[in-house]
Amino acid sequence: MDIKAYIILSLVLFTIGIIGVLVRRNAIIIFMCVELMLNAVNLLLVAFSKMHALSSAAKASATFASDAQIFVFFIMVVAAAEVSVGLAIIVMMYRNVHTVDVNFLNRLKN
Amino acid sequence: MSIIQIIFLLLSVMAVGSALMMITSKNPVNSVLWLIVVFFAISGHYILLNAQFLAIVNIIVYAGAIMVLFLFVVMLMNLNAETEPVKNRRLQLIGVTSGGALMLIIVSAINKIDVEQLVQINAGDSGLIKVLGMNLFKNYVLPFEISSVLFLSAMIGAVVIGKKEEIDIKK
Repeated sequence: MDIKAYIILSLVLFTIGIIGVLVRRNAIIIFMCVELMLNAVNLLLVAFSKMHALSSAAKASATFASDAQIFVFFIMVVAAAEVSVGLAIIVMMYRNVHTVDVNFLNRLKN
Repeated sequence: MSIIQIIFLLLSVMAVGSALMMITSKNPVNSVLWLIVVFFAISGHYILLNAQFLAIVNIIVYAGAIMVLFLFVVMLMNLNAETEPVKNRRLQLIGVTSGGALMLIIVSAINKIDVEQLVQINAGDSGLIKVLGMNLFKNYVLPFEISSVLFLSAMIGAVVIGKKEEIDIKK
């Protein structure tokens, strides 16, 4: 497969995530769109690592091509920690204002 | 058209279609379920790229743990299509236009590149657990240990934020 196919697929998924963040007003859906963007980037990192596995530098070092996949692993670790804290924040917000509409968050200043 | 390309197209259509369904469905529970379908399609892509460890971890961590957490919170709040916040048509149009413009610009920029770089499909051992484990515990052992501290702080943070207030503020 050509690397361009993977770049365009990741780009489409990332753009859907961006549009979701801009369009939706539900805080949980916005959070899910952020997860979708993270996954699009993960897919691109794995595709690039497999692209490098074909290069000549990969023959010299055994772990050269798997570095990007370690990065994806750490992105997943950070995303899991982020989701637990973010959902706690959304639950607290729901408990205080009884809605998940992000437009209500501008009342924080009063 | 080879079998690899057919599988790639099938998984891509599945991922993009489910992602579109996710951002357009009214009911938040349906959105969570469509996002799980997207994650399964991305795991299929990982298997196609022979990144077996990441495919399994993606299913266990994302489709398993994280999305169940989302579903749990959605059901805890009793969200459904009726409680969905009202939307502004004009803002929606602006959002879709700006996102589409970003996509068009990057796609046209990528199409300018005429370098043919191939991706290794269904071969190579860089995604196997043995190679990844050797790399993780030899070269990346310090970030691995630091991530355990991150998990501890996230756990404490979630408990502290989610805890009910002891003092009732009634004014």
